[in-house]
Amino acid sequence: MKHPRVRFQRDRTVWIASGKVELGQGINTALAQIAAEELDVAFERVRIAPPSTAYSPDEGYTSGSMSIQEGGKGVREACVQVRAALLAHAAELLGAPIGELAVEDGTIKAKNGNSVTYWECAAEASETPPAGAGVKPSGPAKIVGKSAPRVDLPAKIAGKPAYVQDMTLPGMLFARIVRPSRPFSKLVSLPEFNYQEEILVRDGSFVGVLAEREELAIAAAAKLRAKAVWKESPVPEDFHGWLRKNVTERSILKEIKGSPPAGTRVTASYSKPFIAHASIGPSCAVARLKDGKLEVWTHSQGIFGLRHELSVVLQMKLEDIVVNHAEGAGCYGHNGADDVALDAALLARAADGRPVKLQWMREDEFAWEPYGPAMALELEARLDGAGNIVSWKHELWSNGHTNRPGRSPKPALIAARHLEKAFDFAPAIDPALPPEGAGRNAIPLYDFADLQVAKNYVRETPRRASSLRALGAYGNVFAIESFMDELAAAAGADPIEFRLRHLKDARARAVLEALKVPWSSFAKSENQGHGIGFARYKNIGAYCGVLAEVEAGEVLRVKRLVLAADVGLAINPDGVANQLEGGAIQATSWTLKEEGRIGAVSWEDYPILRFSEVPAVEVQILKSDAPSLGAGEAAQGPTAAAIANALHDALGVRVRDLPLTPERIVQAMG
Amino acid sequence: MTELEVNGQRRSVSAGPDTPLLYVLRNDLGLVGSRFGCGTGQCGACFVIVEGKAVPSCDTPLWSVSGKEITTVEGLGKGGELHPVQKALLAEQAAQCGYCSSGIAVAAAAFLSLNQNPSEKEVREALDRNLCRCGAHNRVVRAVLRAAKEMRP
Repeated sequence: MKHPRVRFQRDRTVWIASGKVELGQGINTALAQIAAEELDVAFERVRIAPPSTAYSPDEGYTSGSMSIQEGGKGVREACVQVRAALLAHAAELLGAPIGELAVEDGTIKAKNGNSVTYWECAAEASETPPAGAGVKPSGPAKIVGKSAPRVDLPAKIAGKPAYVQDMTLPGMLFARIVRPSRPFSKLVSLPEFNYQEEILVRDGSFVGVLAEREELAIAAAAKLRAKAVWKESPVPEDFHGWLRKNVTERSILKEIKGSPPAGTRVTASYSKPFIAHASIGPSCAVARLKDGKLEVWTHSQGIFGLRHELSVVLQMKLEDIVVNHAEGAGCYGHNGADDVALDAALLARAADGRPVKLQWMREDEFAWEPYGPAMALELEARLDGAGNIVSWKHELWSNGHTNRPGRSPKPALIAARHLEKAFDFAPAIDPALPPEGAGRNAIPLYDFADLQVAKNYVRETPRRASSLRALGAYGNVFAIESFMDELAAAAGADPIEFRLRHLKDARARAVLEALKVPWSSFAKSENQGHGIGFARYKNIGAYCGVLAEVEAGEVLRVKRLVLAADVGLAINPDGVANQLEGGAIQATSWTLKEEGRIGAVSWEDYPILRFSEVPAVEVQILKSDAPSLGAGEAAQGPTAAAIANALHDALGVRVRDLPLTPERIVQAMG
Repeated sequence: MTELEVNGQRRSVSAGPDTPLLYVLRNDLGLVGSRFGCGTGQCGACFVIVEGKAVPSCDTPLWSVSGKEITTVEGLGKGGELHPVQKALLAEQAAQCGYCSSGIAVAAAAFLSLNQNPSEKEVREALDRNLCRCGAHNRVVRAVLRAAKEMRP
């Protein structure tokens, strides 16, 4: 058997090829659980291979909380097929009917006492089983659905080499890139520099430095950056206003024409700023160009898309490029991972066959990673005399939420537009429903008889933007769930009851019901408040309700978050809890502090939530056997709204523009 | 040549005296557990212990640590075992991407050597110089409190 995705190794382990990549979300652990379950081998025997274009299936991007749904399905199907083929072969070897074989940790046992292991019979077995052979008897899962410790954490916590940043290859050179901290159209001049052993690489406005030692590359790049002159590209000050004036296309995402609008009209405008992925480890890649073949090690979320784009920009054939995934720090979406890979490949052209390791500096990451785009939103509703919503309108303005490489004929990698022969740059696009980009979760899950949801897509991108965890769902759910709270107040209704009044979906209702106890047990006191937010991610993914308790003093403090979620069958319940909790804490940081301003280069310019500011978080995962749904992005939008609603409960003021900074709160208080 | 004492071993390195300790650890001594995060001592990913205190190695020139005792994440444990803080981080599954974990382990180990019975608030304040983007904070705090309990005689 030479199965492309499942191999039995001599050391009695099982090698699994996956197209989804580990981003710190724990996917390798969950996939190993699925493989172990389907193959009937011990969890500890499974090894998920780091994806490579050389041997992995192309499963697109590791994004959109789809790794369990898509990647898990692929691994499961491959393992089911392999198990069946092995059993068919073992039946012949053992002289026993296939239906009487049992498997225990990779050993196939017949009733007559004979047995053979997967490792012994894999070589001779065919890849495909005879039809209907060896269907696994259904029974309770042994490994899936139970918390498994993350397979990758021991090395990381021991401080062993774990990331592409830690890679070393013989003869490796260190590299740094020379870019300014603001968008630019062209490099005007580069200072004279007294090179010792450093190698300067320049192609048009693309500049980098190679050196034998890392600190020399850093020092040389810093000196060049300090005196280089670039022609800056302007970025509008009032970006939300600019978006409204520069619409490329308005599209209706959903429309239900009900009876002519009647009732009390309520309107509100909301906004979210640019938000950085702000990975703790700046992006890094290793590249080697030797004998016309390029090999790249990268923490990209899509190694095939990256390979395609490298081939376009470097004008090489696809078969001459191998892109290997190597882990990086958590990325939370499309950060500098892909860009630094092209940078490294361009610098490798000057390295005479030697490998080149390039890590962006902190300022490169803050200045050049694509941020999650700013959005402006306008909501309008009508309430009837009984306090029911009879009409709902949602209008949004945004750049596209995806500018990932390989999705457009034109390159999206940043260096492509800086080369002497510059490429026409691909604008950020916005995927269609149901995942959507800017419009993700713009359609409310609530049942409204009269509805219009419209998206105003702005193609021009004065400021680079692409996918950030949850995409448009963060802004849309913040707006919808803030507005629901405003309407509940106008109707004089309890916020949970008011939502339930407009919601038929039974799983959604169960999530909200689960928040009733912590909601009603809150003891209100001065400057303290509580609020809730809810959404079903993409309207087809995980359900998540969030309750926030805040204290509004000089700054707004989130003291406690309670999450209730339905993710279908949780493959690794502790992994799901970790993702939901982490998502809620990150969203708290976005909501309280984060606003990406042009020129930010350090953690001082872009503060994030610190240990002493992090709220207590409780996560309740509702029991379910429904198909598994990704959990990593479900909490982002509901958390933002829950905090804004809790702020309103605490102080009686409504802040509709994110982040909820002390200045904005004071302004709202008048 | 600069003489260093890293994880109980004498090492001599030929890097320039102004070289940040981080690059010497990672590239000359192969101790890559100290990670590069910001280069300006703002994130804690590269923390090492110098004479009992957690300091950012990215912002510590080689000359300033010559002859001083340096402990990196690789040297926190004793006798081939992980440090109690590292064990507790694993027991609590207190990480997602893990890039900040070694710096946090170093900071927590230095902190617990001074405060054997910390409150949760003290742990949080002690880790305020360490940034975590994945949101593993509360698990980390639980791990540090657990390690403190296990380390007490």
